Amino acid sequence: MRALLGLLLAAWTASAALAVEPGERLDDPALEARARAISAELRCLVCQNQSLDDSNAELAHDLRVLIRERLKAGDSDEQVRQYLVRRYGDFILLKPPLQPDTYLLWFGPFALLLLGAAGVALYLRRRGRAAETPPAPLTPEERRKLAKLLAEDR
Amino acid sequence: MPLRRLLFLLPAAAFAGLLGYFVAALLNAERRDPSELPSAMLDQPAPDFALEGLGDKPGFARGDLAGQVVLVNFFASWCLPCKAEHPLLTRLAAAAGVPLYGVDYKDKPADAERFLGQYGSPFRAVGVDPGGRLGIDFGITGVPETFLIDKSGKIRFHRAQPLTPEAIDKEILPLIRALQQS
Repeated sequence: MRALLGLLLAAWTASAALAVEPGERLDDPALEARARAISAELRCLVCQNQSLDDSNAELAHDLRVLIRERLKAGDSDEQVRQYLVRRYGDFILLKPPLQPDTYLLWFGPFALLLLGAAGVALYLRRRGRAAETPPAPLTPEERRKLAKLLAEDR
Repeated sequence: MPLRRLLFLLPAAAFAGLLGYFVAALLNAERRDPSELPSAMLDQPAPDFALEGLGDKPGFARGDLAGQVVLVNFFASWCLPCKAEHPLLTRLAAAAGVPLYGVDYKDKPADAERFLGQYGSPFRAVGVDPGGRLGIDFGITGVPETFLIDKSGKIRFHRAQPLTPEAIDKEILPLIRALQQS
């Protein structure tokens, strides 16, 4: 059983490492490292929940080669990303950019948290104030009712 | 009921609203596939290119499309959906009244020639894109994909799926007519 698990794990890690094919790699380790970092943050548009770095899709292969070509030609990391965003849109970025149409996505949860905190604060303050102020004294009418009720009990 | 009491109904109302939105979105699922992406190339100028032709036939370049409304279809002989799409493409080419250009995507020229010989070519010209680079410049994620380019060279329609009769009759043909008049 353990041997089987080990085998499965080995097969899995091997296939994960195989996505970047040997022929794609650049000789310059610094450039190659930049290419790996960029492609790990870009989405494969064929298998949409994998990064370009992980995906075995043919388009992912083409885009990995393209990224390395752009880097070799002297593009900055940001220029390479922009090159692909222009063609495939923001969706290719696994991390959504911070811009007006994503404010709701980035800040919505915090806004909800603040709203909830404000509600709790309001509730606690009101409850605190209610506990501090002593209840109003009984009116003569209420006194009479109370006396009558107490008398009934006896 | 005092107004303050109504405030307690607010979360329930918000939840009901959200639920309604989800139900509507689910019932609408057939028309809206979440894996279908909005095209980043829409309303952008078409990329520049010059493609070789198939065999000894001439290819075409961006300049050949200038000043007219044109359809561009990416296809490949190895792509089954392209085979299925082919009769519709032929119909579209006949009905459109504008030239249809084909880009043979990551294909062997001999296979593509056999494909077009067997099913007939609806294309004014076919260019080859053996490395798939023009495909990336157009932002395609596979084949077949179809583009409509206006007189100024801007991409005005992009379908990242095989054509359907509905897409041709309700979207593409009316848009071609509108673009030709502008």
